[in-house]
Amino acid sequence: MRIVIAKPGLDGHDRGAKVVARALRDGGHEVIYTGLRRTPEQIVRTVLDEDADMLGLSSLSGAHAFLFPRICELLKQEGCGDVTVFGGGIIPVDDRSELYRAGIRAIFGPGTKMQEMIDFVNEVKNRIDVGKPVGVGEGGDWFWS
Amino acid sequence: MVLGREQLSIEFVNQALSGNRRSLAKLLSSIENGELDSNSIGLDGHDDDGTIIGITGAPGVGKSSLIEKLISHWSTQGLKIAVIAVDPSSPLSGGALLGDRIRMDSADSNSNVFVRSFATRNQPGGLPKSVGLAANLMRKCGYDLVLIETVGAGQSEIRIVSFADRVVLIESPNSGDQIQAEKAGIMEIADLIVVNKSDLPNAERSAMQITSALQISGSPTCVLLASAKTGEGVEELASQLLSIPIKMGAEVARARERLLAAWASSLLSREDISKIINDISSGEVDAEKWVLNNLRWYDE
Ligand SMILES: Nc1nc2c(ncn2[C@@H]2O[C@H](COP(=O)(O)OP(=O)(O)OP(=O)(O)O)[C@@H](O)[C@H]2O)c(=O)[nH]1
Ligand SMILES: [Mg+2]
Repeated sequence: MRIVIAKPGLDGHDRGAKVVARALRDGGHEVIYTGLRRTPEQIVRTVLDEDADMLGLSSLSGAHAFLFPRICELLKQEGCGDVTVFGGGIIPVDDRSELYRAGIRAIFGPGTKMQEMIDFVNEVKNRIDVGKPVGVGEGGDWFWS
Repeated sequence: MVLGREQLSIEFVNQALSGNRRSLAKLLSSIENGELDSNSIGLDGHDDDGTIIGITGAPGVGKSSLIEKLISHWSTQGLKIAVIAVDPSSPLSGGALLGDRIRMDSADSNSNVFVRSFATRNQPGGLPKSVGLAANLMRKCGYDLVLIETVGAGQSEIRIVSFADRVVLIESPNSGDQIQAEKAGIMEIADLIVVNKSDLPNAERSAMQITSALQISGSPTCVLLASAKTGEGVEELASQLLSIPIKMGAEVARARERLLAAWASSLLSREDISKIINDISSGEVDAEKWVLNNLRWYDE
C-alpha cells in the first residue's frame, strides 16, 4: 500500500508520526512522510499527487477535532473518497464517534502496538480485495476496533 | 466504475495531458506497477533536449533541499516543474520510507509544481525503468522541466544517465576528502558538480579538490558552490543547468548505461524470470551457465 503520514496542526513534535512511518515501512508498505504543520489543503494535495491508498493523521494537541473532519471533507471533494483515513495520537474517547462519522476508519491511542496498525492496514487491503467499503467517502459503518 | 486497461489508459492520458493532476497521479501509479508501457499510453520517445535532469549524490548532501530552491526559482519565472524523488525499498520488507517531500515546501502548495515519490522496488541497478517513462509522461503533460532525485550508492548513481538528459552530482564539504574510486564513474559522467552547503567551512576547498581531481583524470567538469540554506549560488546553478551542453566524451558511458538498463529490464520481464531466480538461488542452476546457454543470441 502507499500510505501518506501527515501531521496537521501546530504542535512541533513528530516523533510518534515517524515511529509509525517506520513501522509501516517495516510492514512492507511505501510510506510518504510529509513533515510538520501541514494544512488540510496541503495534506490532501499530497494524497492526490502521490496517489496514496491510505492517509494516517497524527495529532497531539487537539487538532483532530476540527482538522481531521476538514481533511476528510476535502478528500471527498477532490474525488479521493476511496482513500482510507486513520488517526493517531491523543484523541479523547468522547471525540471518536464524531471522527468515525466523518469517515475515519481507525483511531489509535498512545501506546498502540505497531503490530496492531499493520494488522489494520492488512485488513483494509483484504476488504478492498472483496469490495467492502474502506474509503473515507465510501460509507458503511465499518471501523477498526 | 472499473474500466478496462485500454480504456483506462486512453481516458486518463487525455485527461492528464489536459492538466488533470489526479489522472496524471493515477497514470504514474500504473506505470510504476508495470501495468502500462510507452506503447499502451501512446507516448513517443523523449529527445535529449536537456529538460530531464538527474540530481544524484550521497545521502544527506542536500539534494531535496536544493531541488526545492530550484523549483521555487524556476516556478516564479513561470516554468512548470515536475520532480520524481526516488528512495530505496527495503530489501527485506519491500517497504520504503519516502521522505524527500519534507524538504520541498513547494510540493504541496505551488500549482506549477508536481512532486511524485518513487520507491526503487528492488530493481537491479537501483532505478526502476518506470522512472524514465514517468519523466516522459510528465514532460508531455506540460511540465517544462523534470528533475529526478536519486540516492547515490554506487551503481544507481550511474544508472540515472539512462533516463536523464543531464546529470548533476551533489557533494557536500569534506566529502571531497575521500574521492573514492567508486565515485570516479559518476564524476566523469556528471555534466555538472555542485558542492552544496557552501555556508559550512571547507566548501571551497572541497570544490577545488574535486576540480583538480577531475583535471587529472582528463574530464574537466564545471564545479559550482551553492547553499540550499542561504540560497547562495542557486540562481547560477539554475541558469547553468539550462545551458550546459551535454558533456563531451560522456556519450559512450551513457550509451553503455542505457544498453545495460534496457538489457536488465528485458531480462527481468521474461515470464519465467521467477523460476530462473529460484533455480539459481536453490543452486540447481548456475547463473553464468544459464546466461551462456540461454542468451547467446549474438552468435545466431
Ligand atoms: N548547512 C546547510 N545544511 C543543509 C544545506 N542543504 C541541506 N542541508 C541540510 O542537510 C540535511 C539533508 O538535506 P536533504 O535535502 O534532505 O538531503 P538529501 O540529499 O535530499 O538527503 P536524502 O534524500 O536522504 O539522500 C538537512 O538537515 C538539511 O537541512 C545547506 O546548504 N547548508
Ligand atoms: Mg532527499
